[in-house]
Amino acid sequence: MALWKPDPTFYASPRDAVSAPPEGLAYVAAFDPSSQGPDAVLVVDVDPDSAGYGTVVGRTSLPNTGDELHHMGWNACSSALCPYAPHPHVERRYLVVPGLRSSRIYFLDVKKNPTAPEIAKVLEPEELAKHAGYSRPHTVHCGPEGLYVSSLGGANGNDGPGGIALLDHDSFEVLGRWEVDRGPQHLAYDAWWHIAHDVLVTSEWGTPSMIEDGVVGELLLGRRYGHALHFWDLRKRRHVQRVDLGDQHQMALELRPAHDPTRQWGFVNVVVSVEDLSASIWLWHREDGASDGPWTATKVISIPAEPAPAEALPPVIQPFGAVPPLVTDIDLSVDDRWLYVSCWGTGELKRYDVTDPFHPTEAGSVQIGGIVRRTPHPSLPDVPLAGGPQMVEVSRDGRRVYVTNSLYRSWDDQFYPDGVGAWMAKLDSSDTGFDFDSRFFPHGDDFGGLRVHQTRLQGGDASSDSYCYP
Amino acid sequence: MTDGSLAALVVLGAFHGLNPAMGWLFAVARGLQERSRTRVLQSLPAIAAGHAASVGAVALLLTLTRSVVAAQVVAIVGGLALVGFGMWRLLSKRHFRWVGMRLSLPQLAGWSFLMSSAHGAGLMLLPVIAASGTSTTGPATAHAHGLGHAAGSAVSAAIFVTGVHTLAMFVTAGIIALLVYDVLGLTVLRHTWLNLDRFWAVALVSAGAVALATA
Repeated sequence: MALWKPDPTFYASPRDAVSAPPEGLAYVAAFDPSSQGPDAVLVVDVDPDSAGYGTVVGRTSLPNTGDELHHMGWNACSSALCPYAPHPHVERRYLVVPGLRSSRIYFLDVKKNPTAPEIAKVLEPEELAKHAGYSRPHTVHCGPEGLYVSSLGGANGNDGPGGIALLDHDSFEVLGRWEVDRGPQHLAYDAWWHIAHDVLVTSEWGTPSMIEDGVVGELLLGRRYGHALHFWDLRKRRHVQRVDLGDQHQMALELRPAHDPTRQWGFVNVVVSVEDLSASIWLWHREDGASDGPWTATKVISIPAEPAPAEALPPVIQPFGAVPPLVTDIDLSVDDRWLYVSCWGTGELKRYDVTDPFHPTEAGSVQIGGIVRRTPHPSLPDVPLAGGPQMVEVSRDGRRVYVTNSLYRSWDDQFYPDGVGAWMAKLDSSDTGFDFDSRFFPHGDDFGGLRVHQTRLQGGDASSDSYCYP
Repeated sequence: MTDGSLAALVVLGAFHGLNPAMGWLFAVARGLQERSRTRVLQSLPAIAAGHAASVGAVALLLTLTRSVVAAQVVAIVGGLALVGFGMWRLLSKRHFRWVGMRLSLPQLAGWSFLMSSAHGAGLMLLPVIAASGTSTTGPATAHAHGLGHAAGSAVSAAIFVTGVHTLAMFVTAGIIALLVYDVLGLTVLRHTWLNLDRFWAVALVSAGAVALATA
């Protein structure tokens, strides 16, 4: 049902969105590591004044097994205010929840009962395969032509190419493959855009055969995982340019474009360099700062590996005698000022001031978990933790940062073979400080045996919305 | 043209100008993107031109049809079509789709033409057009003065209707665009942007009903 006034969670500009009220609930994608039981979307109370603060207050179990929930998105967001086709009276009501392994997509209604979302629709993998030719749906963004679902794999017997499936944002049916001309693009991972410049950007991980059974050493050392960005014409759906970061930079994943629509730059993380196991963050931007013309990318942050005794390392990295930081996620605050960087290998969450995006300065760091360090959470100082900060989500006002600790089932098991556990932490972030909230630490059995991968905040967060007005 | 229909034309023009979807919001966005009021001002005529083309096409079609067919037929067929279209707009969840912020001025005019046409902006003028010509350019006078003359006055009637309507639309959209750009800011949208699509659909249905009632 359409609303009489714009959905109150839509904001015309990032400047407005920063003044959004604090979120009351967080939705967490959780999966059963054995694939025997159902995955679930968990609802976590994030209202500090509530009695249930920091606990799981709701849970919607899915009717299948083996989905492997991963990332989630919204059916509608602030892009509905964009001036060329404004429709702000739709509701941000459905959480779009793809199963990365099963290729099934669930649509959960979080309005009727926010702490007990109901399954409103299930899109079976056959639909995605038949209409779009894709599988392994990953990232979901609400955009001008509908829902853009970046998918890692091909379908109907094809491992690749991966690409974007377009879904109708009312009926949630698959409209088809988004790309009209994909150029040299074959690998897929994330997709986002500079919406006011009609530019779409995609990144690269690997096809299903390259990732589903864990990272493949020969492929990694053979530099076969993704290491390029692709720039597209969002209107014409055509490939415009491939920017290679260099094949030593393996796995270019999360895309965090500036929220300010007048800016044409963004950050992408590279998980690991095969030359020295370092991780890096790159800034993509127009060459010479022009408003048009070719794109390029500049390495702006490099995080070195940390030497470690072989016996402290899992077999997959034992030969290297060092623990790679494994930067698996980054997140940019809505005001484009702070960049949060997850070092899933070393167990560290770094914060950078990116006021000058070409010259980020580190402005805070916390440790938790890690392959070697196993740093405990301050609320439970005697319990060593496995896993590390992985998916990071930042509140719209930028004051709260949430992290979950699982990467991907088979990869968790490789890098944390004695068990990755399950935990979610929250940090308070301000101009003066960046540290854990010791009252907030759901972990272990709180999640009912599931691993937790990603958080979406009620009403939107720093990686859910795009804005057409500065 | 009576004073009443003239007023109706102006009111409908203002109503169209008021709707953010009809273009003033796009003009503001284009201005904000470049931090340039000039760009807001340049965008408005293009948007008005596209709107005029859309409304003018419908107005011309209606007045030309009226010059050869009984006014009553035009009013009844048009009125029924309008009620149906309005009901569909009211009940359907579908909305105009478009991708692309970076448009040249001619492209922006094209966008405005499509946006206005998809919304049936010109159709809304049906009762005014149906009512306006009955005394001067109805089929009776057309036969008296010959079809050529009838077509000529149909064209001039369509131009007049389109001109008055678009002027009202342009002035309204321009005032709002500048107010929002310079004074109010876009935050105002969150609280004041009523679901005009519904008013719009109701207006379409009402226009159809008026045309039918006065047929």
